[in-house]
Amino acid sequence: MTDWLEKHVPKLVLAPSLVAIFVFVYGFIGWTAYVSFTKSRLLPKYDLVGTIQYEKLAASPRWEVALTNLAIFGILFILFATVIGLILAIMLDQKIRTEGPLRTIYLYPMALSFIVTGTAWKWILNPGLGIESVFRDLGFENFSFDWLVNPDLAIYTVVIAGVWQSSGFVMALFLAGLRSVDGEIIRAAMVDGISTPRIYMSIIIPSMAPIFLSSFIVLSHLAIKSFDLVIALTGGGPGYSTDLPATFMYAMAFSRGDIGQAASSATVMMMIVTAIIVPYLYSELRPRHD
Amino acid sequence: MKKMLMVSSALALGLATTAAKAEPQAEVLHWWTSGGEAAAVKVLMEEFNANGGTWTDMPVAGGGGDAAMTALRARVLSGNAPTAVQLKGPSIQEWYEEGALGNIQDVADAENWDELLPEAIQYHLKCDGDYCAAPVNIHRIDWIWANASILEDAGIEPPKSWDEFNAAAEKLQGMGILPLAHGGQAWQDATLFEAVVAGLGGTEFYKKALIDLDMDTLKSDKMVEVFDQMRVLRGYVDDNFSGRDWNLATAMVINGEAAFQIMGDWAKGEFIAAGKEPGKDFYCSSPTGGGYLYNVDSFAFFNVDGDDRQAGQKLLAKLTMGKNFQKVFNLNKGSIPARLDVSMDEFDSCGVQSNKDLGTAIEQNALLPSYAHGMALRGAQAGAVTDVVTAHFNSDMSSQEAVEQLAQAVAASQ
Repeated sequence: MTDWLEKHVPKLVLAPSLVAIFVFVYGFIGWTAYVSFTKSRLLPKYDLVGTIQYEKLAASPRWEVALTNLAIFGILFILFATVIGLILAIMLDQKIRTEGPLRTIYLYPMALSFIVTGTAWKWILNPGLGIESVFRDLGFENFSFDWLVNPDLAIYTVVIAGVWQSSGFVMALFLAGLRSVDGEIIRAAMVDGISTPRIYMSIIIPSMAPIFLSSFIVLSHLAIKSFDLVIALTGGGPGYSTDLPATFMYAMAFSRGDIGQAASSATVMMMIVTAIIVPYLYSELRPRHD
Repeated sequence: MKKMLMVSSALALGLATTAAKAEPQAEVLHWWTSGGEAAAVKVLMEEFNANGGTWTDMPVAGGGGDAAMTALRARVLSGNAPTAVQLKGPSIQEWYEEGALGNIQDVADAENWDELLPEAIQYHLKCDGDYCAAPVNIHRIDWIWANASILEDAGIEPPKSWDEFNAAAEKLQGMGILPLAHGGQAWQDATLFEAVVAGLGGTEFYKKALIDLDMDTLKSDKMVEVFDQMRVLRGYVDDNFSGRDWNLATAMVINGEAAFQIMGDWAKGEFIAAGKEPGKDFYCSSPTGGGYLYNVDSFAFFNVDGDDRQAGQKLLAKLTMGKNFQKVFNLNKGSIPARLDVSMDEFDSCGVQSNKDLGTAIEQNALLPSYAHGMALRGAQAGAVTDVVTAHFNSDMSSQEAVEQLAQAVAASQ
């Protein structure tokens, strides 16, 4: 009896959460994918009609804007957050006295919700309230910084706010990485008279490849599911020029009563995430032979 | 006649017996949660309870009704629909097609709704010929709100057409005054757009373009003109309008920072809350020349089980159309009563004007359901139109290109 218990209790304990995950995560992913092949509008319908929803999606100029924005936002956001995070980490790594407080200051934006970040930056970037009006009041009459209300540039304000929020977090990741580099190698390099920049470029940064990968994965999924930042900062506007796939999906599902379009856009988003995550999982999980 | 009497007395008896058997219950899902609106709904709640019913309030705020609709979908899918839901326009028909709506025809017969409501509005409330929803108000959408002192200083009359509006705006711009306060949100752009469609194109054009979605009309030269006017209007708006809420735009007119705002009659509440008087401190006029863009809010009655809840629906339907509620609710909300026999004595001059124009529009068959506020088209189609309108207004897209995109988007949304 005790043997039986010992053998099966772990399974019994895990079973409910496994069932919950299968139903509420994978089950609903499957459901969404199924619904994306139906003509569902206000309520889900279950007659399969082929790929009509995807064809509609492909023809929609708004979806095109959303995907382009995702590319712009995703690439710039990941790039700048990584570069700024790395620079901050290297500067903090110089054994400075106030490292503790500084680290907290840079990490702190991560504690805010994107709604707070978005609202604060909306005010800062608003031409009538923020930077532009401050500079004009200071006497620079021709100073102009109106990206927030410019349909062509508004997506870059989302990048600014996103980078501000996330680069502190990336910094913390890199700082941990820098500290884990073997001190012996660095000292050996120093003894050989190699300059500090060269040590960073040729020794430390290459040895942090796994950290780059982790931060890329974290940032890219933040970018793809990014929703609240856009809602708070621009509301998708001006027009729909800062729409992202997630806000597109929300508009279709909850404002328009077009579940079919929402499901097909959600499925496309899932495929984008999969395309990024699967190679990562593959490289992490494959048995190592070396 | 005798037969009718018998029917109605039988109905009355039926009502009376159900009432005796079961205490009317109503669970009401709505998003009238702001100050004036909440006070307005409370009137109905009190009347309902005073008539022996029990009202369970289910206010779901957020997203202009999106949150409430999400809650509704969950309730209907789980087979437990609320008794009554704030719904309007084609979404009533959509829910009916999903098989979710009930029938309150017997109340409508007993209370003679067919006589009391404009025909165009009855159309929205009927499901296959029987009433399935009760109206609470008529909002007029195509109002130009104007700051009276700015207009007086500039020597301008409240504009009654787009030509007059453009002339006034040019003059104001020349004097260094911002002509138009506008909030750059998609639904506000759409509100401008439909007023331009109705004003430049007239009622027939509006009906063909935004109700029938007639392709030839959507691609016509007139539609190009409409987008040209939208571009002109863009020039009258300040650069900082993106994402501005409608009430902030109203505040600009109240404070004299801008001369006009084009917005539904809920904007009046902001003026009045600021202690302004219609006709004296601010004016209301319409650019549509006889057209009347309306938004009718209503309670739709869902299929529910149990005598007590069905009795609740009947009582609620009766009270909603009651003279007292129609008056008090609309005094609070800035709109006008949906039933035509309510005295307008206590309403302000804009309300009286709205009621008078409504009468004229009924005679001339010029009552136009508002597309921007979900009265003319279903969600997906209205959304497709709005996408183009807001994309055009917020970029340098040409009118020709906008018309092409409009036709494409509408075709794709069918």
